[in-house]
Amino acid sequence: MAQTAAPEVLVEIDGAIGVVTLNRPQALNALSIAVVDAMIEALGGFDRDPKIKAMVLAGLPKAFAAGADIGELKNVTGAAGAEKQLAHHLSHWDKIGLLKKPIVAAVSGFALGGGCELAMACDMIVASETAVFGQPEVQIGVMPGAGGTQRLTKIVGKALSMEMNLTGRRLTAREALSFGLVNKVVPVESYLSEAKKLAHSIAAQPPLAVQAAKASVRAAVDSKLSEGLEFERQSFFRLFDSADQKEGMKAFFEKRKPVWSGN
Amino acid sequence: MTETATQELLIEQKDGVLILTLNRPEVLNALTMGMMKGIKEALKKAESDKSVKAIIITASGRAFCAGADLGDLKKRQAVKSFSLGDELRDHFNPLVAQIRKLEKPVIGAINGLAAGAGASIILATDLKVCAEKATFLNAFVRVGLVPDSGMTYSLPRFAGYSKALEHMWLAKPVTAEQALSWGWVNKVVPAEFVLVEAQMLAAELAKMPPLALALTKRAVNRSLEAPSLDDQMEYEAQLQEILGRTQDHSEGVTAFLEKRPAQFKGE
Repeated sequence: MAQTAAPEVLVEIDGAIGVVTLNRPQALNALSIAVVDAMIEALGGFDRDPKIKAMVLAGLPKAFAAGADIGELKNVTGAAGAEKQLAHHLSHWDKIGLLKKPIVAAVSGFALGGGCELAMACDMIVASETAVFGQPEVQIGVMPGAGGTQRLTKIVGKALSMEMNLTGRRLTAREALSFGLVNKVVPVESYLSEAKKLAHSIAAQPPLAVQAAKASVRAAVDSKLSEGLEFERQSFFRLFDSADQKEGMKAFFEKRKPVWSGN
Repeated sequence: MTETATQELLIEQKDGVLILTLNRPEVLNALTMGMMKGIKEALKKAESDKSVKAIIITASGRAFCAGADLGDLKKRQAVKSFSLGDELRDHFNPLVAQIRKLEKPVIGAINGLAAGAGASIILATDLKVCAEKATFLNAFVRVGLVPDSGMTYSLPRFAGYSKALEHMWLAKPVTAEQALSWGWVNKVVPAEFVLVEAQMLAAELAKMPPLALALTKRAVNRSLEAPSLDDQMEYEAQLQEILGRTQDHSEGVTAFLEKRPAQFKGE
């Protein structure tokens, strides 16, 4: 079942996973303000829907997203103008990080600029063999503004991040795999089905434990070790209040498959 | 239908097979920028043209290709900013990569001498039919250079480490017979039958399911750099899942059970 949430963002429910697909083929999925807003709304809807356990954010075979909509940016004048016109929009991007349920990015073709930043804002990336990652903003006189210098550095390290941000160097899917940017590289024909498969395998786990682990891994990226360890410990303890903890451990000793209630 | 992109390169399509012919026989088909560009454009078009089932690369006259056109190169070398590295990055490397990434069979019909960049291009093709009198030569060492355009990648994989180094260090011509025994080429025939033989191979391939041919080429290329057997087997499993859902797969199975030849559509 595919229905259209907004013309340029498609929303689909597949069992316990929600799939949001960016769909502006004529613009190689350039991330206009309208598209980003619609996408965040769709992801937020799935995050609140108790039937949905994990999400996939997909692009098209030729482009996950080729970058920001430069047409919308070229008339922005001055730093004050940029702040006024873009600060609110960019703060929307931060909402992706606040979503509780895991998001798998299904990336094929161009994931450049805002597209690369968007993929990195997700929790995992399944890439097609044709995927290309990069932050080429410097080549048009600017720099990343939605996490490209921050997330990329934390993922691939300073040296490579510098090279990518300062020269616009792009990574092939294979390179992205070797640098830890993506989880898996698959043939272009199956990037979406493989991303869904990964999302389904997450959806099959107990949701409270999944969400707590996601928040804890994110804390590892965002905070210093002592704070992260404390966060982890508290999250771990809290799961002992859950029905699924009791069911999981009981099933383990009874040598049967657990049945998760989500509580 | 015959169209000529430039006099230096003949482009002809017949029965689903695109034939590219290097056509500067007076200088042993030395490669000019124009020829390279012509090949690249023709291959790019062939990629999305469903009527093209296979591609043959061959040449006019007694040689296949003597390598880069040194006169042409000299002219460009006179420019201050000239860089041999960029020459490869901009012109030769993309062509070799394009041949290997093109998801249709590319057959080399080697009518005679293949030297330097010509040998690299020929080694990049998927199947090779070679004239008895053809020779392969890599004389880069004689001008103080390394073999390029993928030669140092391909040759050790086809011929083995020591044979590859022997060929590149000593710059002695390899005969067609040697090339066959070392696994560089598929078939050796008299010069006048090279193109016919290549066309017969192409005609046979044109009847096969195109997606299966394409994904097999992709998988075999990937195997050259696959980290392990397990990794490559997982990749095969993914491709099989894709092909298992194609019409050509069901047609192949049905035709087999009905004991009739299959009609593949590439879907």
